[in-house]
Amino acid sequence: MHEYSIVQSLIDQVELQATRAGAVGVHTLTVQIGESSGVDAGLLKTAFDTFREKTICAKAELLIERVAVQWECPKCGEPPKPNGPLRCATCEVPVKLTAGSEIILSRLELEVADHV
Amino acid sequence: MCEDCGCGDANLVPLDVQVRILSKNDQQAQHNREHFVEAGVLAINLMGSPGAGKTALLEATARELKGRLRLGAVSGDLATDRDAQRLIKAGIPSEAITTGNACHLDADMVHDSLHHLKWRETDIFFIENVGNLVCPAVYDLGQAVNVVALAVTEGEDKPLKYPVMFRGADLVVLTKTDLLPHLDFQLDALKEGLARVMPVPKMIEVCAKTGAGIDEWVRWLEAHRPKPGEKAVVPQAHAHKHEPAHSHTHDGHTHSHEHDHAHPHEHHHAHGDGHSHGHRR
Repeated sequence: MHEYSIVQSLIDQVELQATRAGAVGVHTLTVQIGESSGVDAGLLKTAFDTFREKTICAKAELLIERVAVQWECPKCGEPPKPNGPLRCATCEVPVKLTAGSEIILSRLELEVADHV
Repeated sequence: MCEDCGCGDANLVPLDVQVRILSKNDQQAQHNREHFVEAGVLAINLMGSPGAGKTALLEATARELKGRLRLGAVSGDLATDRDAQRLIKAGIPSEAITTGNACHLDADMVHDSLHHLKWRETDIFFIENVGNLVCPAVYDLGQAVNVVALAVTEGEDKPLKYPVMFRGADLVVLTKTDLLPHLDFQLDALKEGLARVMPVPKMIEVCAKTGAGIDEWVRWLEAHRPKPGEKAVVPQAHAHKHEPAHSHTHDGHTHSHEHDHAHPHEHHHAHGDGHSHGHRR
């Protein structure tokens, strides 16, 4: 259950960003979680609901965008065959992971006090 | 939102951030990596299930390399320093990291433990992670390579069940191979599974008890040691967004600047010989 420590880092990041922006609160936060990142989106949500109390995220809504896994041949750009080896059948080289490992805080919607 | 009535409600302002949630750990890991590389030490993140035979593998490694290479280790467990004690008995200067409830090591824990060890006087430094096939895969520690120990008793389907752990492995060490005659272990199915999760599958079969395969494992270790001329090259572990991101507010709108150059390639920065880093704390 490393999702708890991920949430701790997430809330620290949000506090840092919100302070820099002079925000008084956080309305929503959007994270991108790759399907092969090793982080479970459901557990992340549970952990967030547990830990956000008394933080700047206490009333914030967590939006989780899942990012699908994508492998590509570094030479021809083609994906490997599904459920097969991670090699390009044409170029005979190992493919590279181009998406799906993200653990990213992508967007915030901050509450900023009105200027009078 | 409330510019009309002046009730004092806050305005909602969107802010693009695009920062890795674990960027603080990444920075500490990179700091560790610079230390290891600058000292010419091969740092290995050794992962695997509880009971996969990680400690026994290191004991066998110490027997094989006695008098040839200097080894050191930190050993992570939720409780007790038993593994570290076993390693010390085997001749590997070691320190236990007891994590309490944490299911993995992080870069800070490793960094703190380095203060208690003469790690600079080692050739190969093992970071024996907490026994777990899930959580340790997420945290960069500053290692040069990832090694996953997998015991034949765990079954050949583990790579497909725990793909994130095996995807990041530079090497899988299949342990306890002396038990193969007693099991229905399908070696070909394991190799096929590894090829489906590791872009460059590499596996060495060993038995710590009989010593079978330990010579091949040791040759792999020696081949991955930094060559003398390469001492000062620090590889970047993975593509990541660079800090610092900064943002500021003026005239009621907020914007953020992110130095957003993800590196899909390894990049290096070199220090001249004799360069050293001060500790941050």
